Amino acid sequence: MLDLTPKEVKERSALRINPCKTCQPVGAMYAALGVKRCMPHSHGSQGCCSYHRTVLSRHFKEPAIASSSSFTEGASVFGGRSNINTSVKNIFDIYNPDIIAIHSTCLSETIGDDLGSYIMDMDIPEGKAVVHTNTPSYVGSHINGYFNMMMGFMNYLTQSTGASNGKAAVFPGWVNPGDIREMKRIARLMNVPATFFPDQSGVLDAPMTGKYEYYPEGGTTIEEIRGLGDSKGLIALGEIIGVEPAELLKKKWKVPSTLLPMPVGVSYTDAYVSALQKLSKAEVPAELEAERGQLVDLMLDSHQYTYQVKVAIFGDPDVVIGLTSLALEIGMIPKYVITGTPKEEFTRKIEALFAKYGVTGCIAKANSDLFELHQWIKNEPVDLMIGSTYGKQIARAEDIPFVRAGFPVLDRYGGTLLPIVGYNGGIRLVEKITSALMDRFDRDCADEDFEIVM
Amino acid sequence: MNKSVLEERKASISDKSEHGRGICCERESVSGAVSQRACVYCGARVVLNPITDAYHIVHGPIGCASYTWDIRGSLTSGASTYRNSFSTDLRETDIVFGGEKKLSAAIDELMEKTEPAPKLIFVYATCIAGVIGDDIEAVCRAAAKKYGIRVIPVKAPGFSGTKPQGYKLACDAVMALISPGINQSKRFGVNILGDYNLAGETWIIRSYLEEIGIPVISTITGDASYEKLMRAPTAVLNLVQCAGSSTYLAERMYAEMDIPYIKVSFFGIEDTTASLFRVADALGKPEISAKAREFAKRRSSEVVPVIAKYKPYLEGKRAAIFVGGGFKAISLIRQFNELGMKTMVAGTQTGKKDEYEIISALADDEAVILDDANPAELERFMLEKQADILVGGVKERPLAYKLGIAFCDHNHERKHPLAGFEGIENFVREVHTTINSPVWKYVKGGPA
Repeated sequence: MLDLTPKEVKERSALRINPCKTCQPVGAMYAALGVKRCMPHSHGSQGCCSYHRTVLSRHFKEPAIASSSSFTEGASVFGGRSNINTSVKNIFDIYNPDIIAIHSTCLSETIGDDLGSYIMDMDIPEGKAVVHTNTPSYVGSHINGYFNMMMGFMNYLTQSTGASNGKAAVFPGWVNPGDIREMKRIARLMNVPATFFPDQSGVLDAPMTGKYEYYPEGGTTIEEIRGLGDSKGLIALGEIIGVEPAELLKKKWKVPSTLLPMPVGVSYTDAYVSALQKLSKAEVPAELEAERGQLVDLMLDSHQYTYQVKVAIFGDPDVVIGLTSLALEIGMIPKYVITGTPKEEFTRKIEALFAKYGVTGCIAKANSDLFELHQWIKNEPVDLMIGSTYGKQIARAEDIPFVRAGFPVLDRYGGTLLPIVGYNGGIRLVEKITSALMDRFDRDCADEDFEIVM
Repeated sequence: MNKSVLEERKASISDKSEHGRGICCERESVSGAVSQRACVYCGARVVLNPITDAYHIVHGPIGCASYTWDIRGSLTSGASTYRNSFSTDLRETDIVFGGEKKLSAAIDELMEKTEPAPKLIFVYATCIAGVIGDDIEAVCRAAAKKYGIRVIPVKAPGFSGTKPQGYKLACDAVMALISPGINQSKRFGVNILGDYNLAGETWIIRSYLEEIGIPVISTITGDASYEKLMRAPTAVLNLVQCAGSSTYLAERMYAEMDIPYIKVSFFGIEDTTASLFRVADALGKPEISAKAREFAKRRSSEVVPVIAKYKPYLEGKRAAIFVGGGFKAISLIRQFNELGMKTMVAGTQTGKKDEYEIISALADDEAVILDDANPAELERFMLEKQADILVGGVKERPLAYKLGIAFCDHNHERKHPLAGFEGIENFVREVHTTINSPVWKYVKGGPA
């Protein structure tokens, strides 16, 4: 496996090998699936839509519905206007969503389709909505696609009546439905009524009913997106993915916002809880205090197995920042921390964490890839890897214990139903990390060191 | 038909009770439909990807490289180069100023950094390379000359047709690769075309042929390597397993290299046995024909008890099929017939008219036949025809499960070989496992 990765690292500027990112449109599709009764629509070739649906289906083990403009040679010469007009008509006729969320692709961007003006000229059925965003695949990564789609929804729908609706807004960032459920539960415990946007819980973790619904029960409603402008405050989780949508809500509708890291581990979950507390002015309930105490208790119980353990963490910027913080909290050394997303802010955030916990000799890099990570590991190995499924090749080649987290996880079941955020998510992560390390110890140790009690 | 079917789609759906109408197929998808179809690039990539020691460089933005990274479950007995993802990861400045320089730089970086040096590179141009005016053929020619290796361009913009157009481009790329070897002298042996060694299936077919005395010269493209591919022109016969992707290649090899071909299918007892006989007979050696019959008889007799064991659990169950090519659908319907099951819904993404006629003849009298179906139609007809199992690909699995219908992946995510006699056992066991698992009892509000 991966025999051709050489140890010697040479700078590459043109060749990407084994990416740690994908393109914008899939992010837009995932964001749009978090809106109730919404049909995500891919304005481009058929393959784009098919690929995005496939990767989402493989990660969530759920149907991921989306339609395509199905560009032909003609459309790529004369523009995709008639494709999008036909598409919108057909989608409302047959699939009957409340809203269609169109995103562009590299093709429709390059030929210069002006989706905004096409939509303006459309006959949209009464009570229905069509929104769009631009997601050129050659800019940023799938992370950009996600926040661009959020801004597309807000630009079209969000209003301000001038009066607060008494609710908070929470942008959960790119997380799994299980994470959103946990974030919502914490907000409920903190007595903060909140609109989560987008909200894929109840959509991509919809329960088995024996019926197939195009539009399962979950998702942020159009009314809730309209009302975002009247929120009394915004908590945007994910310092990379949340920054632009939070700024939009602040600038355009004057909603005061707090930008926080994804609440992974003790201190980042504390930050989320205290941001909620500022909004509700309520005491932190005993239930939540107890969960925090349990997480800390578990960290203490298992600390000798994680202290000074070298770990490589890779994936999307915000989840990696969160995981790095948790790793440092349990005494691990985050030797290599990378994302494929080209955002230098990521590197600064990770380096700030290195400094805060006083670890040295660690590397943080944005716009990197898994080939480069593998080369570093060949030069100085790590004891553990945490990241998406695509790390499994390296983990096997170098025989390194591996904990799956982030997107995509294509080769395990159940992970999207459970959180890695909040104190409970922290408990789950610490369990996964220590189990991976201890399973490895049990596998490799001599008979005389093989213990029933550990 | 009710509202869940678009007006434009009606001609692509045929009800066996409406005889003689004929299905409308081989056309482009309707804009706005939730089609299950992929694109031209996807078609080209899936055919070429299994070439194990090739460097597949995707020239375009990152997505297309990312989604096709280590996708197929094609196994290798040699290099694992193809399990990496290479791309030029085009950025905005490349779109504005052109991506040719970046592509040549990418090839340079590959050549500088890789040991042993690559011998074969495929460069896939995705949607926008042509639109921004990149001449990838020129870049490939220059690189081939500079390094003395083979660099084959595959111009596969997604919008330039449907997935089968991509198969054709891949076949052209294979021809471009092997044509320089056209003057090698012939030797007794065959090539296997259109088998991708999913879960090791090419190895199974190869072992059968070798056991009855037929050498396999080249496999295109399952477990292929550059060296082995270059020997393909020496074969005396081509066997075409996946007709949809490789008939065109077989036609070209017949026209340009004088290698005749026959279509084969190694799915199910009936098709596996018939295919072995046809291959043996086509080679005109009585001792091989005799061996083929002896072999098929022995191996079939081993499978019969397996089918007999599971048949009581499966007889009368109702199947729905939604697969890529028509040929595979035909093999599947035959296998279900052997198990005493009825095929009630049969659809393909890219079936041909003559294939739909055979499908129609083999399926149940009340079956519905679909071309390029979308989830709405699949759902409607699976429920209407009370399917117990769906055979399909990755996008259909969650749909089936949501409806409480069992599922078998006969595509890239198959977990074990489904070809040959081994495959029959695996298939029967898998169909049994999924249909008769206790989990379905919990679907509608608790244990039955």
